[in-house]
Amino acid sequence: MRFRAKIVDLACLNHFSRIINTIAKLAKTCILRLTVCKLYFILSDKIANGGASMWCELSQGNFFDEFQMEGVAAEHNEIYLELVPENLSRALKTAQSAKAVKIKLTNKHCPCLRVAVELPSLSSSSRIVTHDIPVGVIPRRMWNDFREPSVPDFDVSIYLPVLKTMKSVVERMKNLSNFIVIEANLSGEMNLKIETDLVSVTTHFKDLGNPPWASEDGCQSSAQGRDLESMAEACIDIRKLQQLLTGQQVNPTKALCNIVRKRMVHFILLHEEVSLQYFIPAIA
Amino acid sequence: LSRIGDELYLEPTERGLSLRAVNSSRSAFASFLFAPLFFQLYEPGSAGPDTEVFRCKVHMKSFLGIFRSLPSLEKSVGKCLILLKPRASRLVLQLHCKYGVTKTHNLAFQECEQLQAVFDTQRCASRLCAPARVLAEAVVHFPPTLAEVTLGTGPGGKISLRNYVEDEAEPSKTMVTELWLAEDEFQSVAVAPGSNITFCLKEFRGLLSFAEASNLPLTIHFDEPGRPVIFTLDDTVLEVHLVLATLSDLESTSQSPSTNGVSHLPAQSDDFADDLESYMVAMETSEVGSEGPPSPTFPLRTPRSAESKLEEEEEEEEEGAVPGTPPHKKFRSLFFGSVMTPGRPGQATTQEVLAEDSDGE
Repeated sequence: MRFRAKIVDLACLNHFSRIINTIAKLAKTCILRLTVCKLYFILSDKIANGGASMWCELSQGNFFDEFQMEGVAAEHNEIYLELVPENLSRALKTAQSAKAVKIKLTNKHCPCLRVAVELPSLSSSSRIVTHDIPVGVIPRRMWNDFREPSVPDFDVSIYLPVLKTMKSVVERMKNLSNFIVIEANLSGEMNLKIETDLVSVTTHFKDLGNPPWASEDGCQSSAQGRDLESMAEACIDIRKLQQLLTGQQVNPTKALCNIVRKRMVHFILLHEEVSLQYFIPAIA
Repeated sequence: LSRIGDELYLEPTERGLSLRAVNSSRSAFASFLFAPLFFQLYEPGSAGPDTEVFRCKVHMKSFLGIFRSLPSLEKSVGKCLILLKPRASRLVLQLHCKYGVTKTHNLAFQECEQLQAVFDTQRCASRLCAPARVLAEAVVHFPPTLAEVTLGTGPGGKISLRNYVEDEAEPSKTMVTELWLAEDEFQSVAVAPGSNITFCLKEFRGLLSFAEASNLPLTIHFDEPGRPVIFTLDDTVLEVHLVLATLSDLESTSQSPSTNGVSHLPAQSDDFADDLESYMVAMETSEVGSEGPPSPTFPLRTPRSAESKLEEEEEEEEEGAVPGTPPHKKFRSLFFGSVMTPGRPGQATTQEVLAEDSDGE
């Protein structure tokens, strides 16, 4: 099992750092899955707290100048590592002006991801900072636990409002309540509601648009048969939603959510080089 | 100085005005000596053969509060007068500002004994000198909450800084960050090969920001683990010393198998440092010979006046542990009990007890 990668371009490095920062805000510990072409950050609801789960996928070619990976075996050319993304975030934080960043899987005293940052210096040789991030190697028999979650059979799919606006609304609501109700319909309307003994607050968004989903047999979504006005709602932990929104440092190209009435909310945030899916279960 | 202790000690001498501070666990001490030339006017007051040098201490916060907003002070204050009024027990700070405004602050002070850590940079085997900027850039890679850092020498003359991982922490769960600086980043390097020391980062960061702001190179004097590390800044009118205790533990070297062969004291029993109060003994500075290199201690007062009570010392011990330098179990106090043979705490019988433990056993 081997892994080495290198980033030389500063823009790629910054972009990668931002993604790691987002992941770090969502999960204390997560799985990093490495394949020949892609990296995945996975949070399975089994190991997470609060039952939320996450699937983040990026193409290595968009970030790394060099990327070599040898999985556990030829037929299973993948590596699954458990790590604390905050460590990776910290290691990359002070690499803003780096000449190069190398990441390597090592096993000196224990398996580690060694992040070596080469920094410019006034002297003849560069300054090297190494961060040894301890990781856990996930054995192959457990890989099934981390499969890509399927898109749930949702009741409503709707584009999200401008994330910055949504974030400031949710932040204010968080001061009043621990739970928030998200409801939306197929007419592009969404409401965010909180209710306590003393006060209830609802923020209404409209004209958001509903993404077209092709159903399995290839025809357009069966929205015609459904009541366009009826709202599907789910009550979720407001902190999870806030973490998701705070972690977004760049506006996604597309942001939408799928609501499964009273069961869960499935968020999909798409950027050019990375896609992030976040599942928040509904509170009973 | 406020990063180190809550009290500011002032000592006007012929050589200049000395400002000092010490932390509650006695593992960090700093002194700033402003030469007479630093001031427009400097009158230390007469210290005849009968009168001792006058020393006092004030609350750090009160003193700092007077200089709260530097930018606005720079714009409005023309002169600052510092006056010690012993009979009124007041330290007067008078700011002469624009438009004829004079702000006078009267701070209450307490007389105190001399605060002095005994250390000798000449006795340090290793010395490094670097521009403050280089060290500041090095330290930035470590998280602000990191308590201790290990400075070491490595192959090729490189100098390394590594975060110190406590024994209690699981090595397989803790991230280790290490930075290597080439010899030519320093202005001068004279180090014993394979040496390394571990010290608290917090107070060091404080000195580093001062050094950066004043654009002065920083010199680090160190010796074996357990002996204090001394950071100095020198200028024509200012002499700064920061003395920090270092870890004298085996574990500080076990992290880097490459630096082997460092001689150091065996691990201290954990009881030792926690039990500081039982070891309130003012020591002579003389070495005890074969019992291992002692940490420097400071005599709280001259041995002659063994009778007088140690009021200042008692007050200090009653303060709760300040959450500054974490009183790490294995850090030795700079000032006490070093002459104890490690592993046998409590055997102070060979030492002259100059001050009884005020709390009693």
